[in-house]
Amino acid sequence: MYSVNYHRAASVADAVKKVKAGDGKFLAGGMTLIPTMKSRLAAPSDVVDITRIASLSGITVSGKTVTIGATTTHAEVATNAKLAKVCPALCSLASHIGDPHVRHKGTIGGSISNNDPAADYPSAMLALGATIVTNKRQIPADKFFKGLFETALKEDEMVTEVTFTAPAKAGYAKFPNPASRYAVTGVFVAKGKDGVRAAVTGAGDNGVFRSKEVEAALAKKFDAASLDGVKVSAKGLMGDIHATPEYRANLVVVMAKRAVAAANG
Amino acid sequence: MGMEGIGARVARKEDRRFITGAGRYVDDMVVPGMKHAVFVRSPHAHAEIKKIDVKKAKAMPGVVDVLVGKQLKSDGIGNLICGWMIHSKDGSPMKMGAWSPLAVDRVRYVGDAVAIVVADTKGQARDAAEAVEVSYKELKAVTEAVDALKKGAPQLHPEAEGNLIYDWEIGDAKATDAAIAKAAHVTKMHIVNNRLVPNAMEPRAALGHYDKAEDHYTCWTTSQNPHVARLVMSAFYNVAPENKLRVIAPDVGGGFGSKIYIYPEEIVCLWASKKTGVPVKWVADRTESFLSDAHGRDHVTEVQLAFDKDNRMTALKVDTIANLGAYMSLFSSSVPTYLYATLLSGQYVIPAIHANVRTVYTNTAPVDAYRGAGRPEATYLLERVVETAARELGVAPAELRRKNFVTSFPYQTPVIMCYDAGDYAASLDAAMKAADYAGFAKRREEAKKRGKLRGIGMSNYIEACGIAPSAAVGSLGAGVGLWESAEVRVNAVGTIEVLTGSHSHGQGHETTFSQLVAGRFGVPIESVSIVHGDTDKVQMGMGTYGSRSGAVGMSAIVKALDKVEAKAKKIAAHLLEADEGDIVIENGALKVAGTDKNVPWFQMALAAYTAHNLPAGMEPGLKEGAFYDPSNFTFPAGCYICEVEVDPDTGHTDIVQFVAADDFGNIINPMIVEGQVHGGIAQGIGQALLEGCKYDASGQLLTASYMDYTMPRAGDLPSFKVSTSNTPCPSNPLGIKGCGEAGAIGSPPAVINAITDAIGNNDLTMPATPQKVWAALQAAKKH
Repeated sequence: MYSVNYHRAASVADAVKKVKAGDGKFLAGGMTLIPTMKSRLAAPSDVVDITRIASLSGITVSGKTVTIGATTTHAEVATNAKLAKVCPALCSLASHIGDPHVRHKGTIGGSISNNDPAADYPSAMLALGATIVTNKRQIPADKFFKGLFETALKEDEMVTEVTFTAPAKAGYAKFPNPASRYAVTGVFVAKGKDGVRAAVTGAGDNGVFRSKEVEAALAKKFDAASLDGVKVSAKGLMGDIHATPEYRANLVVVMAKRAVAAANG
Repeated sequence: MGMEGIGARVARKEDRRFITGAGRYVDDMVVPGMKHAVFVRSPHAHAEIKKIDVKKAKAMPGVVDVLVGKQLKSDGIGNLICGWMIHSKDGSPMKMGAWSPLAVDRVRYVGDAVAIVVADTKGQARDAAEAVEVSYKELKAVTEAVDALKKGAPQLHPEAEGNLIYDWEIGDAKATDAAIAKAAHVTKMHIVNNRLVPNAMEPRAALGHYDKAEDHYTCWTTSQNPHVARLVMSAFYNVAPENKLRVIAPDVGGGFGSKIYIYPEEIVCLWASKKTGVPVKWVADRTESFLSDAHGRDHVTEVQLAFDKDNRMTALKVDTIANLGAYMSLFSSSVPTYLYATLLSGQYVIPAIHANVRTVYTNTAPVDAYRGAGRPEATYLLERVVETAARELGVAPAELRRKNFVTSFPYQTPVIMCYDAGDYAASLDAAMKAADYAGFAKRREEAKKRGKLRGIGMSNYIEACGIAPSAAVGSLGAGVGLWESAEVRVNAVGTIEVLTGSHSHGQGHETTFSQLVAGRFGVPIESVSIVHGDTDKVQMGMGTYGSRSGAVGMSAIVKALDKVEAKAKKIAAHLLEADEGDIVIENGALKVAGTDKNVPWFQMALAAYTAHNLPAGMEPGLKEGAFYDPSNFTFPAGCYICEVEVDPDTGHTDIVQFVAADDFGNIINPMIVEGQVHGGIAQGIGQALLEGCKYDASGQLLTASYMDYTMPRAGDLPSFKVSTSNTPCPSNPLGIKGCGEAGAIGSPPAVINAITDAIGNNDLTMPATPQKVWAALQAAKKH
């Protein structure tokens, strides 16, 4: 790691000011930023720790409306009793991110801001039709995730919370990379008031995306059997040393089936 | 046999310090004035070095010096050597390219060291290393051994035309071809043994300290054999003469072979310490370990196994190409030859065997011995082809093996080895019983109902440990002898120190060696200390690798104990006014047999040192040393059975059962042996299912961290069922065979045989990742 100035922000406004003052980065759990800095692939002049800003953390459930603060850790999401009542799929997803250390440091805001193409949360946000709230505006998930590690966020913009209406049913299934445990392919399905949405992480060569094939099949009947014989094209899917696009195309359908099965309990 | 003697499950003496973080590793060593080193490494797989500009780096904060290969050469530091001479079948010696500890005019793999930066802190050294400006002219690279042999392939070393290091053979080609020609059945296969990264928990490290006043060097290093390191560094690298060089390998966190070799870094740290006048410490980070530790395996082989009409094996023909990487590491040449092809007879009577082995240079990290070293490659090859033959012939895999087992000993194979003892059917029976082999068909049906494909596979391995005798290995090209030394010092109050040339880096020597002594003299295990890993304490030794510490290291201790016992009995007989021949040692006392006359062990020891009342002419003191040179290898063998369930939707394999039935000869500590087997199987399953070192075509290492290189985790492994049925080794005093590598040797073919059985497609390479298994399933559907 190169030497870097560390700041602890008192408020969102303070954090933004401090980041703008230099070549700064917001630091939440640091699960991606710190390893990247340690391997000298990132060299911000300043890091601004936002985890002590009380207003950014916590989960509220009001009727069907769920709001999760940006610095809420994966462990908190995984174990929140109120959330488990209205959207257990999200708790389950969070409980399988990384390892216990990662789950107690990593945050939902950090994960979606980083938008790693194999991260779990982006698929949930997209399938739940969540709204990403920043210090400046509200961004629908459909417009938030732009590509590999790319989001709609501007330089001095920070995610403050995410909010969504709990769906009638939802489920998540991922096939983890044997080495990193990131998703080789993960599918989040949600049956909400606007119909069925199915978002895929880990597989797209441009990041998280919604699978038309899966959604169309499930629109007829929200049942794993609806996906029997459904084929997803390998075009536009990622190929690397761990998985070919064809294998990922297969996994999209297999994981979608398992996600639906989980959603239907 | 006492509670703490041979055969007892004594808890490991060394574990308290390891599990409480009190172990002392090279990185824990601090010397006054010590500075920190970072190596500048090549980002290219193959390039000419046009210029190295260190000006900017030298001016950076905290930097003591930046040193390059030209300076090293002008100070007379030698090139690295390969210590085992192999001759090609045309009689020509192997073609060894020059390996300078710091590259001078050319780099040959990503990670090749080109400069060392010494600074006050590691951070400063890192910053300065980035400021060293190296101008490279990139050259075309080649990473696969098969490609390196092709016409027009990039050439690595002028000494080795066509990148060929040697073209070696063993066995009778004519007889083998003739037997194949008239065989009733021939099974042919193309076998790939995947390249692995060793991944010891502790990365390599070195601390070099030149003491100007004494004109003396000390090197703390992560070594499995500090004496060999001292010998090689003084005799070949001109670092310092042996009497001016002390090598200390303190606690070492795993080796698996990768810490046998003398690497550039320890040489350069010693040289840099003299050059800069400060002690210089280097500790590899994890990616550096991936890039620069000697890798393992990496063979491509064509094999034919011939049978007569009664399904008896008649011939085995093997043609192997082995990748040795960019340079020849210390024992690299012996691994695909004498440690590999000499085991190709396996547990079977095969009248004619011929193996041809070509080794080649590629633009990858050097490849050398890794847990099993050659024997896993031989076992994988043979046990895959035998299993495949059973399928082709339509006979039960166990019965085909049983029919061809060696059953009378000694058995001289056509490939040098003479097996001394074994009972292969006993291991096979024990494993099949433990695995409930007979109940497999039912389990397969049950799994099918759950949508899972269940398969079973076995592997009957044999290996050779305690590589010896020295004269024989010398005649085969070894540059060193393969004996071991021991010194037993009985102190004046009866406590005992054992100095051994073996080196423990996880094996538990402090416990097992103590058990041997405690059991022999009836003294408490706490009163025995094991001293190792320091060339100033132990005079000479050959270190620990090839599962040799029990069979060879402990045999040397036995020889020294024999001498101690003889003298102790003389002293006791004198004190008790008895005949020396009537003295027996029981429960910590020397007794006159059949009487209650005795002298406690500690009183005998005290008498040896007070010397007030010793037999006439006897020297005071009680200290004896011994060197032991084995008369033969030892031959551990066994049967491993693996049962898997494959998820046809994802290709994911679950190992649902794993049985190991081994023959290790006599066992000192069954708990430690089981631990060795567990660890070995975990590594073997790692090779079979998870681990695969991958370079891209340009020579960049794609699996350079745990994000991409999959190490086995607890969740990947079942609870192993291990057992032993032992035939004592006739060639050493304790009847020990060795157990350190068996798990890694025997398990990979059992796993792949099981998966290919489950999916009905034999075309599958290691590691059998979910994607590969899924693809093999799709291919099987098409046929």
